[in-house]
This record gives sequence, structure tokens and C-alpha cells, in this order.
Amino acid sequence: MSRKNIQLKIKELKTDVASIKDLELSFGRLITETWTETMGPTPFPSITTLREWDHKLLQRYKPFYMPYCDVCCLCTFGKCDLTAGKRGACGINMAAQQSRIVLLACLIGASTHTAHARHMVEHLIEKYGHDFPIDIGGINIEVEAPITRLVCGVRPKTLGDLEEALDYCENQITNLLSSTHTGQEGDNIDFESKVFHAGMIDHIGLEVADIAQVAALGFPKADPESPLVDLGYGTIDSQKPVILCIGHNVVPATGIVDYLKANGLYGEVEVCGLCCTAHDVTRYSPKAKIVGPISWQLRFIRSGLPDVIVLDEQCVRTDCLLEAQKIKAPVIVTSEKNCMGLPNRTNDAVDAIVTDLTEGKVSGVLILDPEKVGEVVARTAVKVAPDRKKFKAIPNVEDIVAGAKTCKKCNDCRRACPQDLHIMEAVTEASTGNLDALASLYDICVGCGRCENACEVDLPLHSFIVKAGEKKLKEEKFKVRSGRGAIQDVEIRNVGSPIVLGEIPGVLAVVGCSNYPHGGKEVVDICQEFANRRYIVVTSGCAAMTAAMYKNEEGKTLYEMYPGSFEAGGIVNVGSCVANSHIAGAAIKIANIFAKRNLRANYEEIADYIHNRVGAVGLAWGAYSQKAAAIGAGFWRLGVPVIVGPHGAKYRRMLLGRKDREEDWFVYDARTGDRVYVGPTPEHLFYAAESKEEAMVMIAKLCMRPNDTTRGRAIKLTHWIDLHKRLYGTLPDDINLFVRTELDIPITMKDEIHKILEEKKWKENRIPDPTLLPRMIRKRKEGA
Amino acid sequence: MATAEPWQKAEIPGPTKALVITKPEVVVAMVKKAKRPILIVGHEAAETEMGNKKLIDYAIRISQVGKIPMVTTAHVVGEFVKKGFQPAAFMPAVDIANRLVDSEWKGLDGNGQYDLAMFMGITYYMEWVLFSALKHFGQNLKTISLDRYYHPHASWSFPNLSAEDWAQNLEVIIGKLGGE
Repeated sequence: MSRKNIQLKIKELKTDVASIKDLELSFGRLITETWTETMGPTPFPSITTLREWDHKLLQRYKPFYMPYCDVCCLCTFGKCDLTAGKRGACGINMAAQQSRIVLLACLIGASTHTAHARHMVEHLIEKYGHDFPIDIGGINIEVEAPITRLVCGVRPKTLGDLEEALDYCENQITNLLSSTHTGQEGDNIDFESKVFHAGMIDHIGLEVADIAQVAALGFPKADPESPLVDLGYGTIDSQKPVILCIGHNVVPATGIVDYLKANGLYGEVEVCGLCCTAHDVTRYSPKAKIVGPISWQLRFIRSGLPDVIVLDEQCVRTDCLLEAQKIKAPVIVTSEKNCMGLPNRTNDAVDAIVTDLTEGKVSGVLILDPEKVGEVVARTAVKVAPDRKKFKAIPNVEDIVAGAKTCKKCNDCRRACPQDLHIMEAVTEASTGNLDALASLYDICVGCGRCENACEVDLPLHSFIVKAGEKKLKEEKFKVRSGRGAIQDVEIRNVGSPIVLGEIPGVLAVVGCSNYPHGGKEVVDICQEFANRRYIVVTSGCAAMTAAMYKNEEGKTLYEMYPGSFEAGGIVNVGSCVANSHIAGAAIKIANIFAKRNLRANYEEIADYIHNRVGAVGLAWGAYSQKAAAIGAGFWRLGVPVIVGPHGAKYRRMLLGRKDREEDWFVYDARTGDRVYVGPTPEHLFYAAESKEEAMVMIAKLCMRPNDTTRGRAIKLTHWIDLHKRLYGTLPDDINLFVRTELDIPITMKDEIHKILEEKKWKENRIPDPTLLPRMIRKRKEGA
Repeated sequence: MATAEPWQKAEIPGPTKALVITKPEVVVAMVKKAKRPILIVGHEAAETEMGNKKLIDYAIRISQVGKIPMVTTAHVVGEFVKKGFQPAAFMPAVDIANRLVDSEWKGLDGNGQYDLAMFMGITYYMEWVLFSALKHFGQNLKTISLDRYYHPHASWSFPNLSAEDWAQNLEVIIGKLGGE
């Protein structure tokens, strides 16, 4: 591994042959390399290094832009009207402007993950040292950082080694961001290539953050049987002081757990979390509890249960301080990225801070030292809990009925609601004393609070819904498997062949946020459907929590019903957002460990392998964030398709294949160099589905790959056609595009498929050794 | 000129907003003037109640009396088949919109691109961005929203209507499309 910025100074040296005075040598990078794998063609790729690969994908999956509005307002020339072919004052057109916005979103995401990783690595180096080894799975993980190896061409062995990867990410993000300045890039396809680059960088940031914390903080290490931990409001003991941590960076939460443990308080105080910090604090300590996904922030704070609220970074409601004040809970902010206007008390004495917080002299403080956070938070929670008596900001039924009677019937609540919920009608019904209609909104509400902001008479409408759904809230008691981290090398060896040959019908990654169109039950249904069909289902982030939030008749959640191993029929929670790196990592490891493809700085070849052979699909059903966009972009560059829910259409750009354009679906046969038609496999790279049913059918369809064996393709066709018949009520109308040979046809469907093939004048084709890269052709010489 | 507000109030489109359909006869005239109209119907058509009918029933009648080919989106095709109606095609909403912005596309029947696309039954916020895509990139394409709420990115849209007024407007369109 390399070390940067080595300096050697010699003040004076006299030998028999020479005399040296004031010699100063500076090395930009010193390589002390032990990795014997040959360096691949693209170490530390610049913005344009992989441009040709991007253009190959973008030629097939052309951007389809769906602007949010007609104007650009990014500089003082504007606003500029870009409607229908007009150009702005700088010369930009709508396609370039939309791709520029997509790039900006992905850069926000990539910089957020990278900055998170930088903070994590610096903190852990300070605590454990540069040379702390990166062990994320003992002998089960030899390829510990597949993304970093693939992109950078380096193999990090210690925490200190990770800094080089982060240096690279920060450099690339800066360059990419500069390209969005007015008067820089002007071509939409080149913007899109930069989007892919930002996504690839994002994945390094994810990987660095997660492997650093797994290694140093003792998280489960690639453990398929990681502990089942508590999830839900109902699991939290309201008799104890409750500390709520919100965000994504677990460092402050570890300080709290450490202090409580060291002082014998851990059993006396509840530590719980919302969003990805919740995942990671349970990975740190399985006794900690998960409240729920990001959309539970308002309802949980207003319930009055938390006695102290600790905010770190990302996806934290920016009005948390105001909400906390409503329930008289002190707030401790812990990240330079999210100071909330609070005074920096990092260097003050703990006693003084605790006194100020418990006596209400300040509503919150900023503390940037995680150990001090631990002590302040724990002591404050213990002290304020008896006085607070779980003071809540949820109205009682009488207040709701009285408030509902003041409703002006303007319907602005519904028109502000992203879900178009019929709030006004529910309030009207509540005015008669019946809260059933309000209660029916509880499961679908995404907890944004926009209805309240729109209300002319300032009714706390979200709180009305929470109160009406209180019984459900209190009954939320679930088990989720704690985030396991990476996929073991041996698991990859076991499933590599059946995945690549198509006999495991696909890998479905259910990831992302909780901006679901119709509540979380749809996520549960999708996970269960595909696990039952023996797909490998991987979960992460808020979606992993949502997947746990329903029980079967025996009272078991999906994580209690299905194994946590990376195998057919498994439901595998890898962990928080940054653990998404292990999903990309698993795809990369299939190419490396199973197929023996060189990994080191060999991006194009590995992405080509994954795109043509690994039937993996991402589903971000409730994606809302810029980070989700960046994670998606990293998968796009690897050639892995991503589906989003209908809200995902607001990302403003899809990457859609055209199955009706036969010329788009040719690959090279690596054996002969022939160009062979392989059908639209996979048909799309980024795609918004309108309904759960549409998404489910498309998941099965997008798992098909050119390399599928006939047996594998028959299995995949069976699932796709079966789902189509059940959910659409008809046969697909494009089966002919996915049947290559007679042997592809599922035996049980032969008659009906033959009929379609005859109508479509289908002709048998051959199955190539598929690649999009001419350099991968092993063309035999004539006569050889 | 009549004006209207987007149903979701924050959805402000920009300088170019849909003309408001103040009389359903406007739609009839647009369809009759069009050389190649198409009707796109989303999954909410099967869920949206309109008195004793559903939106799907209106969609079928508009397609039949206007002889307008219908593309259904999402998973709703089976509901049409159950009612004895076979749409011209079914495909994801983003797919049909993507084809409508391609000047080279030959249409469902191979006879060329469409010049008028009418939409109904797709979730408001998704239809919003689909109309936007067509506004900006659909060459020589006019769009009409037949949904209940104002869609400013369309070329023409109803204002926000009561359920009764909406049904009445659709009845007029069906009645007059079938006439001379």
C-alpha cells in the first residue's frame, strides 16, 4: 500500500565519497506494495477515463428527461426559459440542464457519503491508529474492499490505507462539481457520463465508511446470523430515560453506549435510533433499538418518549430542534455539517453543559467530541427524564374533535400532501368524534408535515393522524436482523455459478428511503414474493427496516422467516446506507472470485461482466434523497438496473432501453467476434414504475441477462410470465424477444408460448459469450 | 383567458402552462382535428369511482367512439380485458412517453408518430413529469389531460373539477366524439 507525502531531510552528512548539506527530498507517494495481482488498465480513473464505457451504456439506455419546471435559475443571467428547444443565456438547453441537475444531485450524495467516510476514518484513526487492520470477516473475507480495489487499484489493509481512496474521491468530486458551473460542460451525454463517475465515486465513499466502522467498532462481520434486534415504538421501555439518535453517522451514538456501559447505566437507559444511525447503533450494540425509518421522526418526537435527542448527519429533519422544544427535550448536535444554530460547547466542562441543558438555560448544544457527547447525553437523559414525564406534543381526542370543528374546508392540506391523502375529509369526520378516517391515513403518511404548514388555521394535522393511529404505533414491536456487513467469499463461490448461469433467477436489492407511494406494506410484499421464488433478496437502509414492520400469522417478521445468508430464498440485511457498498461488492466479487476475472483497476471488464451475466436488480421503492440518486448512479455504471417508485420519477431522468429497436441489442460473441442479437436484456437501466405490480413484473424481467443458460432463462421466464399473468391478468406481449432457443421455453408453458412465437414469426438464435467490449474478443484465426 | 392552479400547489411549472379546457367541446375539436390521436390510461382508471361508474368505463367509451388507439400503463390491462376491451397496447408509462418524444417512432401500427396524446388515470405527480417531458421534447405533439385536476405541463387540461363536473365533461366528450 502506498504512503503519501513522505519527506526526508538531511541537515549534514559526510562520507568518504561525498558531503551532503541541507538535502531535502519529498516523495509524493511511496509504494510499499505486496499485492501481486497485475495492475489493470484504469487505476484511479479520471472523469474521462471510463467515458467510452459510459457512452456504450448510454447509447443503449438513452436518457429520457422529465423536467420539474421550465426554467434554469442557477445564475444571475436567469431565470432562463428553456421550454421546448429554447436555450438559456449561457447557451444551455433543457437536456443538458436536466443532466446537470442530475449530476448535482449525485454529487450531493457522493460528497455526503465521502465526507461521512472521511469523518469516520479520521475518528477511528485517532482512536485506534493508522495501522489498525481492516478485518471485516476474518478468513471468510479475503476481498475486503472490492470497489476500492476495482476502481483505485489499491488494496487497503489498514485504516490509514483508506485515506488514499478518500483523497481520490474528494479530488474527483471537486472536479465533477466544477463541471456544473455556468459555461462548463454543455453536452447532456457527457453530463450523464459524469453522473456515472459521481456514482462510482460514491460507492468508494460508501465502502470506506462501512468497512472502517465494521473493522474498528466490532460490528457483525459478514455474519449471516447477526443478532435479531428490536424495532418499533412498542419495543421501547417508556419507564426508562430514552435517548434518541437520528441520522447516519454512528460515532456519537457509540460514545453514548460506551459511557452508559462504563458507568453501569446501560440497562437503565434506552438508546434508540431513527434512520441509518439506528441500524449502526444496533450493529454496535444489539441491545439498542430501532424506532423506524426516516418517516417516523415527527411521530416519535411528538410522542414525547425521547428525553434527549442526538442529531448527527444526513436525513435529519431540519426542524428537529423546534420539534424537540415542543416536548421539552434537549438536543445535542454532533456534526459540523449540521450545527442547527446551537452554541459550540465542545470545550466546556461536562458539568456546566449538563446543568445548562437540564435547567433549560439552553435548548441544545453543539458538541464535536463523541466521548463528551456520550457523557453529556447520558447524564442529561437521566436527569431530565423524571421532570419531563414523557411530555408529549400529541393532542388528545377532545382536542382533535374541537380543532376539527374549526377546519375551513379549504382542502389545502390534501393539496400539500405528497401522497394526495384525503386529509380534509378525515378531519371533517373527526369533527363528529369519529377518528377512523384519520387512523386509516397512518400507514400511508410519509410524515413530512406539509399538511400542517398548509393549514390556514394551524391545525397539527400530522399529530391528529398519529393520535388516531396511536394503537398501531404502540403495537409496533418487530424483529430485524442487524446489518451483517459484507457477503462472504464462500457465499459468493456457492452462488456465483447459479447466478451467472441463471439458475438462481436473480438478486433483488431492496434499498433506499421510505417515501413509499402507498405505505411500507408494499415493500414487505415484494421482498416476500421474491424470497419465496428463491431469488436472493438483499435489503439495506430504511427499506431494510420497513421490511421488518409486518408480521405473519405466527407473529414473525420476514427476518425471522427467511435465512440471513446470501443464498436462494435468503433475506439479507447488509446494514445502513453505507452498507449498500456490499451489494455492489457482491456483484463485483462474483466476477472476481467465481469467474476469476482480474479485479485490480479493471473497471470496464468487470462492469461488462456484471452487466451481461449477473442478474441483479435494485429496487428503491421509496427513494427520496440525493444520496439515493448517487447510489443508483454507481449501480448504473456497473450496468445494474435500478427501479424506483412513482415518486422517483421526480429524479427527472430515466435511462430507458427501447426493445423495439433491434439494433440496440447486439453484443459481441467473445468466442468468435460475431455480433449477436441478445434481446433487451436488461431492458432498462433506470426506470420508475407506476405501481407495485408493475415493479414486481419488471424486477423479474430485468433479471434476464444475455449469458443465461437455457435452463436459467427458462427459470427466469417462468417467474416473469407467471407474475405477469397473476398481476396483469394477461401474458406478456414481448415473450418472443426473450426466447433465444427452443430450450429456453419453460416446459409448463410450452403450448401458450409456442402460439405467441408463431404469431411473432420468431426465429431461433444462438447464445453468445456476451461482451460489449471489442478487446474481450478471443477471435480464433481462420483455419486454426 | 381562463386560468387554473396546479392541484398540488407547489408544482409550479414555469412560463408555459396548459390552456384550460373550459368547454369539453374543445377536446372534441382537438381530437377531430388530429391526424393521429392516442389515449394513454394509467392504473388509477380501475380504482377511480365516478358515481356508479369508474374511470375505466369512460376510457373505454372514449377509445371506442373516437376510434382512438389506447395504451394502458402499469398493470391495468387485465381490468380492460375483463371488461371485454382489448387495448391497442400496454406498456410502462415512461416507455410510452419515451416513444412519443422520438420523431422516428412509427407508432403502434407502423403508420407514424402521433400528433395528439390524451392521458388519464396516472398518479398526479408522475403524470406531471410525463407531461413535462412531452412538452419539452415531443416535437409536433399536443397533449391533453382528461384527469380531474389541472395539469399545467399539458397543452390542454381541465381545471380542478368536482367529481360530478368531471364525469359530465367526459360524457359530453363521448357524446360528441360519436357524432358528426
